[in-house]
Amino acid sequence: MPKVWINGETCINVQDAEGVNVVHLTVDDKEIAVSGGQTILEAVERMPGIGNIPALCHHPAVKPYGACRICTVEVSEDGGSKFKFVAACLYPVKEGLVVKTNTERVRKLRKGIIELLLARCPNVKRIQELAEEYGVEKPRFILGDQDCILCGLCVRACQEIMGKSAISLVNRGIYREVAAPFYAYELTEDCIGCGDCAFVCPTGAIEMGPDGKPILPKVKIPYAEIEAMMKKETVATS
Amino acid sequence: MVEQVRKLLEKRAGSAAELENLRQSILDKRDTNRACISVCGGTGCRASGAEAVVDAFLDEIERRELQIQVELKETGCHGFCERGPVVVIRPKNIFYQRVKPEDIPEIISETVLGGKIIERLLYVDPVTNEKIVYEPDVPFYKRQTRTVFGANGEIDPTNIEDYIAVGGYSALSKALLQMSPDKIIEEVKKSGLRGRGGGGFPTGRKWQSCRDAEGKIKYVICNADEGDPGAYQDRSLLEGNPHSVIEGMIIGAYATGSQRGYIYVRNEYPLAVSHARIAIEQAVDYGLLGENILGSGFNFTITINKGGGAFVCGESSALMASLEGKIGEPRAKYVHMSEKGLWDSPSLLNNVKTWANVPLIINKGAEWYSRVGTAGSKGTMIFSLVGKINNTGLVEVPMGITLREMIYDIGGGIPNGKKFKAVQTGGPSGGCIPEKYLDTPVDFDELTKLGSMMGSGGMIVMDEDTCMVDVARYFIEFLKGESCGKCTPCREGLNRMSEILGRITQGKGKREDLDTLEDLAGILSGGALCALGQTAANPVLSTLHYFRDEYLAHIDEKRCLAGVCRELIQYSIDPEKCEGCLRCLRGCPTGAISGEKRQPHTINQDMCIKCGACYDVCKFNAVVKR
Repeated sequence: MPKVWINGETCINVQDAEGVNVVHLTVDDKEIAVSGGQTILEAVERMPGIGNIPALCHHPAVKPYGACRICTVEVSEDGGSKFKFVAACLYPVKEGLVVKTNTERVRKLRKGIIELLLARCPNVKRIQELAEEYGVEKPRFILGDQDCILCGLCVRACQEIMGKSAISLVNRGIYREVAAPFYAYELTEDCIGCGDCAFVCPTGAIEMGPDGKPILPKVKIPYAEIEAMMKKETVATS
Repeated sequence: MVEQVRKLLEKRAGSAAELENLRQSILDKRDTNRACISVCGGTGCRASGAEAVVDAFLDEIERRELQIQVELKETGCHGFCERGPVVVIRPKNIFYQRVKPEDIPEIISETVLGGKIIERLLYVDPVTNEKIVYEPDVPFYKRQTRTVFGANGEIDPTNIEDYIAVGGYSALSKALLQMSPDKIIEEVKKSGLRGRGGGGFPTGRKWQSCRDAEGKIKYVICNADEGDPGAYQDRSLLEGNPHSVIEGMIIGAYATGSQRGYIYVRNEYPLAVSHARIAIEQAVDYGLLGENILGSGFNFTITINKGGGAFVCGESSALMASLEGKIGEPRAKYVHMSEKGLWDSPSLLNNVKTWANVPLIINKGAEWYSRVGTAGSKGTMIFSLVGKINNTGLVEVPMGITLREMIYDIGGGIPNGKKFKAVQTGGPSGGCIPEKYLDTPVDFDELTKLGSMMGSGGMIVMDEDTCMVDVARYFIEFLKGESCGKCTPCREGLNRMSEILGRITQGKGKREDLDTLEDLAGILSGGALCALGQTAANPVLSTLHYFRDEYLAHIDEKRCLAGVCRELIQYSIDPEKCEGCLRCLRGCPTGAISGEKRQPHTINQDMCIKCGACYDVCKFNAVVKR
């Protein structure tokens, strides 16, 4: 008997759900009915035994963000003839949607993303576990030694749950990092030492320091070879 | 005070009839036989010294007291930037190029007053060596269809009356007073206009979706955050004809039910910002913007917002985040921006060029508009033709023109008799198209089929001296620097691509690197959050596809066929040819060259930094690059 979840709280049988916004979708060849207005990831997480969607930058307490891309799945809006990649943590459920969470294409894409993350953070347990699950042995790239995967959960928890924004994501590209806003030398009094950022971090990159404030992950530029190359180029052209 | 108010009311058009009266009175005041010197004041010509030319003209006109007989107009960009500063003397349309302030007294006395042509300032056709007198006869202009861009050379962008004189705001009056919003959207849909910013989404459908979206407040946005290397057509349009963009925006706002508009423009475009600001102020003064536009009861205001210089803010969702005062990062667009955009309200965002097309469609009708172009892409497109090409500049051509016509007929071919190698279209996320596809018609779909894209209309021509691996490295390096860093594939993937490409150009590449590059490309196109990341691998994929042999030469033979990659080339001196003139010896910055006068010189390879200075200065072709 298909079940309907209302706001993830109550579970009722479909026939009792008259007037409830029910959406029917197919996930990995199984038809399910869920309440509308949620994302694929939310819907699947509430359906035990259906689908396989890993996620790193997702947390039910904060708004979806779509940064890690590990939750990528294939969906078809036209009943299963044409599929495209979407991030399950952001894509809203729709009537008649066909979702495939574990195809070869999906696994290959996730494997690639995990390889990139593992090359950045080879010592993070959560990433090592994922790497094992997806068969990534050794990244083909120069290894870094960072702990932060830049999922932004700490920043979002600080902003959305505490209403503080004592930390933020600064800079862009590979130089992006979690820091006090505008690269302030240290955290301001906006940080009340609640520890939410450390709690929510999926990789353990943030620890609480002796002063009761979090110690933010340092960006250790791991790309020594590239840096050296760039330096050499500047010397040659100047 | 009373006098000022009276003046303000006088020029204010409160109805369609008053706008027409105003137009007529502007035209009546003008003498079509009066000499008009039109100097290009676009940023390109300014860089070549157009401001000094304008000052010289002003001085000369004042000195000779010719203010009544001669009109001087500093217009927007004419497009032929290669030959700047460009001066056109109307009504005869005599075309002078590379004009210097010293030439001005002669131009005034000989041409403007005497009616004679100054031979040395004429444009010489590089193919026929013929001197060309009149602007429309210049091959660069002759082959173009300048429907959107044409007025640029005729109007002073800081004077709204110039725009009204060429029929400006008549489309607005028609749309507001004679057409319903649905009729307007129908017309835009029928015209087949597609977004000129890069995506090529059908404009009419976007408008419809914004009109249908529920929301009390809706926004209209003009995307002028042009950031592609080598592209500047949006800037030139906003600088040269800001009113056409504003008119398009007002029509779009009326059609979708919006009352608030934004122009998001790069801070690095000060002239565009200033011209857009003047244009908005003037449009308000003339009753064409603000409350109760042309007496229709429709209200609309436009605010200018300057961008902070991030390439990614040209992406619509990042642009809106930036407008909201947040970090300019894209968000997922599974719900379209036209339904939930700026501050979660329905938002209609179009590129500068798209907006400028709208008045044309309303004025002349969808049927007229769709006569030009191909089956899937209608109208004209403005390209910036740059790189290794004789006629650098902005060109407006009908969709469906071939690449060959653009490069050889309009662009005048490759300089110094070099051979064409590839053309890179669509900005940094576009691809490189080789010679065998030069006869492809240029439109949205055909370029995509070749692994490139239309993008915003950038077109970079490359000759035989260009190393395609180095080109791919350059664009990936650019994109890596501009990646916002939000999603893993773009942030980490581009970094790793640049790592690998850097290695290959240094001769340290391996065969497996090519597979890794292809894998990374797949991750980017499938996994990245926004369109910039999804298309970022195009430069690598297209060069790998069309120029694989160059990659292999770098990897297997450690050779750069084009002689670009510094680590793979060596300079040496041919003792047979060397005359011992000491030029290279004196020019070498590291002192790597030794030798006596009239004796063959030699290069110490350990000290050589491969800057190529010796190669450039040698008059006997004795320096050999391998």
